[in-house]
Amino acid sequence: MENKHDNTTVSVQEIRALLKEVNDPEVPVLSVLDLGIVRDIRIDGGTVEVIITPTYSGCPAMDMIRTEIKAVLELHGYKDARITTVLSPAWTTEWMSQEGKDKLRAYGIAPPTPLQQVCHTKLFHREEAIQCPHCHSYHTSLISEFGSTACKALYRCEDCKEPFDYFKCH
Amino acid sequence: MSSSTPLLEYTLHLADDVLILGHRNSEWTGHGPILEQDIALSNIALDLIGQARNFYQYAAGLAGNDSGESIYPAGGGGVVTEDTLAFLRDGWDFRNSLLTEQTNGDWAKTILRQFFFSAFQVDLYEQLAVGRDTTLAAIGAKAYKEALYHLRWSSEWVIRLGDGTDESHQRMKKALEELWKFTGELYIPAPYERWAAEAEIGPDLSQLRVRWKERVKEVFDEAGLTYPVTEWMQTGGKEGRHTEQLGYVLAEMQFLQRAYPGCEW
Repeated sequence: MENKHDNTTVSVQEIRALLKEVNDPEVPVLSVLDLGIVRDIRIDGGTVEVIITPTYSGCPAMDMIRTEIKAVLELHGYKDARITTVLSPAWTTEWMSQEGKDKLRAYGIAPPTPLQQVCHTKLFHREEAIQCPHCHSYHTSLISEFGSTACKALYRCEDCKEPFDYFKCH
Repeated sequence: MSSSTPLLEYTLHLADDVLILGHRNSEWTGHGPILEQDIALSNIALDLIGQARNFYQYAAGLAGNDSGESIYPAGGGGVVTEDTLAFLRDGWDFRNSLLTEQTNGDWAKTILRQFFFSAFQVDLYEQLAVGRDTTLAAIGAKAYKEALYHLRWSSEWVIRLGDGTDESHQRMKKALEELWKFTGELYIPAPYERWAAEAEIGPDLSQLRVRWKERVKEVFDEAGLTYPVTEWMQTGGKEGRHTEQLGYVLAEMQFLQRAYPGCEW
């Protein structure tokens, strides 16, 4: 029994290591682990099940992500891996790893600010201090609440004048 | 033959509302007044259609419970799926509210339609999220956050246009005249909604109406718009009696699957 438990532990870690290589097709700098959408990895005998949750209800990247996870696992000998999608609890940007936030900034996308300070829905309320990922100024303004994907908004830096994406707090 | 159940009817109603409004919004893709707002409305459409998919997937499971024939359209292999429910049902089978199927009109009308619906949707989903059906609760909890964001965006546009130039104000007033009569239906329960409220799956709509009125009044006050006193409301959509507008939506949305059954990208 002891031995089997060890094997299982090793396998979950192995799966996690493989998932690190699966990136979000829309934000290719983030792995599915960075994004916080992998909720669980279950191993039952030889079968691997990866539980994922969508960021937004209509995120068109989900099908692609499912396919890619399956492909990576198959490539490494996990033939009948199951990818299960769950909706509850609902994904939040709080689940994004610090490493993910750092990667976003380096890529030119402002990472989401912590949930407790923001996500206000009052009219004309704007999240404060969205930092420009290029020159690090906080002197920025909103261009549009919606950006190139469901998870992003469009901002402009008033100092370096560069427009940039902000990964919305959600 | 499996018959319909109130849960299935209710789920289809929830799905149809967001599919039809999502499709209407998607008609703006490539036609928005400026690029950023074109993207905004397309993103809202994406959220709504994503929510619709979640509801339809659940409905398809409910419809296919029976080993016999389903009264709902099936695709290849006789299976009812999210796609067959969206693409192969006829107008009288759709349970969406009349508001969601109305034409886009100009930007003001599209904005106001979204605002009226979002102001309803946030409270509906907040209640679904604490309801007794775990799947509907999960979909509601997830979509609630999206609906809130749409509400803020559309509220600000109602204010911007209502309190903007003479022309934008006039257009908002005209949109209000055209759409107001379709807002009452949101709160007049269909039999499956009464069932859902009794089963503690969905909310009591009469209570939601109070909150909606507050939300709309607050924004109208800022926008310089008068909250209408008209009492008469058009109903029927939630029970399959639609305005002619739904036919145009379905004609375009369902064309491909009707002409080329089972066609895939």
